[in-house]
Amino acid sequence: MIYAIASGKGGTGKTTVTASLAAVWDRPLTAVDLDVEEPNLHLFLNPTTEAETPALMETPVLDTERCTLCGQCAAFCQFKALSVMGKTLLVFQEMCHGCGGCLALCPEGALSPGGRELGRIVSGHFQAAGGAQAGFFMGRLRVGEAMSPPLMRQVKALLPKTADADILIDSPPGVSCPAVNAVMDADCIVLVTEPTPFGLHDLKLAVEAFRPLGKPLGVVVNRAGIGDEKVQQFCREQNLGVWAELPYSRAVAEAYARGEVAARVVPEMRTATLALMARMRDAAAASNSGEVHHA
Amino acid sequence: MREIVVISGKGGTGKTSVTAAFAHLASLQAGAMLCDLDVDAPDLHLLLAPDRAETHEFRSGYEAVIDPALCTNCGLCAGLCRFGAVRPGPRAASVDSMRCEGCKVCVEFCPAKAIGFTEKHCGQWHASATRFGPMVHAQLFPGEENSGRLVALLKKEARERAKSLGLPLMLCDGAPGIGCPVISSLSGAGLAVIVTEPTPSGRHDLERVAELCRHFRIPVMVIVNKYDLNTQNSADIARFCTEAGYPIAGLLPHDDIVVQAMLQAKCVTELPPSPFSEALRGAWELICSHTDAAPSPFTTINKA
Amino acid sequence: MKIIAVTSEGPKLTDMVDPRFGRAGGFVVVNVDTNETSYVDNGNSQTMAQGAGIQAAENVARAGAQVVLSGFVGPKAFQALAAAGIAVVQNVENMTVAEAVGKYKRGEFTVADGPNAQAGGNKG
Repeated sequence: MIYAIASGKGGTGKTTVTASLAAVWDRPLTAVDLDVEEPNLHLFLNPTTEAETPALMETPVLDTERCTLCGQCAAFCQFKALSVMGKTLLVFQEMCHGCGGCLALCPEGALSPGGRELGRIVSGHFQAAGGAQAGFFMGRLRVGEAMSPPLMRQVKALLPKTADADILIDSPPGVSCPAVNAVMDADCIVLVTEPTPFGLHDLKLAVEAFRPLGKPLGVVVNRAGIGDEKVQQFCREQNLGVWAELPYSRAVAEAYARGEVAARVVPEMRTATLALMARMRDAAAASNSGEVHHA
Repeated sequence: MREIVVISGKGGTGKTSVTAAFAHLASLQAGAMLCDLDVDAPDLHLLLAPDRAETHEFRSGYEAVIDPALCTNCGLCAGLCRFGAVRPGPRAASVDSMRCEGCKVCVEFCPAKAIGFTEKHCGQWHASATRFGPMVHAQLFPGEENSGRLVALLKKEARERAKSLGLPLMLCDGAPGIGCPVISSLSGAGLAVIVTEPTPSGRHDLERVAELCRHFRIPVMVIVNKYDLNTQNSADIARFCTEAGYPIAGLLPHDDIVVQAMLQAKCVTELPPSPFSEALRGAWELICSHTDAAPSPFTTINKA
Repeated sequence: MKIIAVTSEGPKLTDMVDPRFGRAGGFVVVNVDTNETSYVDNGNSQTMAQGAGIQAAENVARAGAQVVLSGFVGPKAFQALAAAGIAVVQNVENMTVAEAVGKYKRGEFTVADGPNAQAGGNKG
């Protein structure tokens, strides 16, 4: 089963919750950090790195001998990565979205696939519950590279496809293309929010964005107690299950500031995380068996 | 005109609460044009209550749409699409709008010319009045692509309006991360104020977003929020900033007044003075007196 | 015969020079020998998510200009103009198109050897 931990608002506790789940998960597991712009999961899970490889986007490389400056590639490109200026075909590698259209179109075979570095993919393993070794993947976007989905797709392509291992995905915040890319292939989506006006507003956006995907959807109210009860009220009105309420505590905040996994050092968090894990599994299993299970 | 963008790298450090307070303080001086550039999950309006005097539709990018009447189900489009956006079907293929990149490959190569290429209606933007001054803000429809184009449009509108109103300052609430929307937010900015927190994530993300600012030659000042959550980490961050040439504008204590203000739809500087609000006022004074000299041979785009 | 293109906020010689290149509203194209002028709308660049500078360079090249007068030109636009053999004069701002043309005719401008703006610098 693939579980994506997401949120509308940033800073609600996605990584905290993902790290805590990863620490108590008692089945074969792979944890993935798909927040490739600002990956943080590794700071808490402390994985041993086995490989770090550059991820490349396939961009066009020009053979000037073959190019007749016909301009078909430039006229086709939607992203202005190619331009005929004077007696030159200019190729702007950083503009390319990797669609392969120009490579397919060129009548002279003058364009071949090269690469622009999107960032790096790190793979390894970390210590999970009961001393078991769990898999770990993360993408780290090159600073200055504008788009995260291409790198996210390459990380996702490396994930194990076996039915017996679970996958936990730490998603980027927001509800636009990066977040959508992280959750779209999950079997179950967990939305982490906080009980404040910002948390509620952005939770509504997340529900609007992800509900149409038709996956079981549950809410975790993190830092419960710091604001009001409107988030819980919204969930009731929307028939959205609140799968955990994690009360605010200075102890948890300080553990986080020390880079410690809350479920490992704060007993109440461990208990709450185990209960969350059970709710997630129930929801995913019920959905798998044909029922749509949102409670 | 001076342009200040408040960003963070990591989400949830307090960008919006800080920007709202700065908007309040600026309104007590020469005023500012306000901008919420987090078009994905905007929150500034929850504190500033803009009146949405103007609403405009935002259209950007294109998507492929297969006409089932013309589709011969040959499967070529599915084979060519690099984004997994084409869904095979029993009678015709269809395009998953969420995955479509707008590259036009399928449109171009479809032997039956069955695929149209239509502009996407992806959001709305507003020009508003608030109690602190004029504001432009937007909302991308959930799930849409955030290429930075809407951010760029908001900035353009804000600049033009600020110019015609004679406002000397543009103050922007930015988005988290380091991708297209943040890059777009930073373009032409005179100063980036990075709000961070003394946690491993806060530190890690501060370094990345500061590097992005350096990449685009934008001067940086840093505010450490919730500094007393871990004073050792805060000291480490301060040391890092000093060595890197990023002045610290302020250290803000962890205070539930931030949420209290949010619940009242106010900014912290509108409530009775607190250690948090006083530290924030101090930060604003330092920001006001900072001259945004670009640390590079490139000429700054931004002119006062 | 010298054809110059000046980034402009409007179609008239009395309009102000637009300091942006890629997202300029348009170009006033002037034949400095005959003083004939025309206007090239740059709206198709303004609406692009990316690549406005490159599109604007294509627009200028298509108009037959040999020199561009503008405020700030980014690296991709600069590269595109250079490939087409179009000279670039930068840092032109706070004056009308007519004033810029006058300064150019009197030889008061120098041609740039590199871009003066950041990449993706003026999406606004």
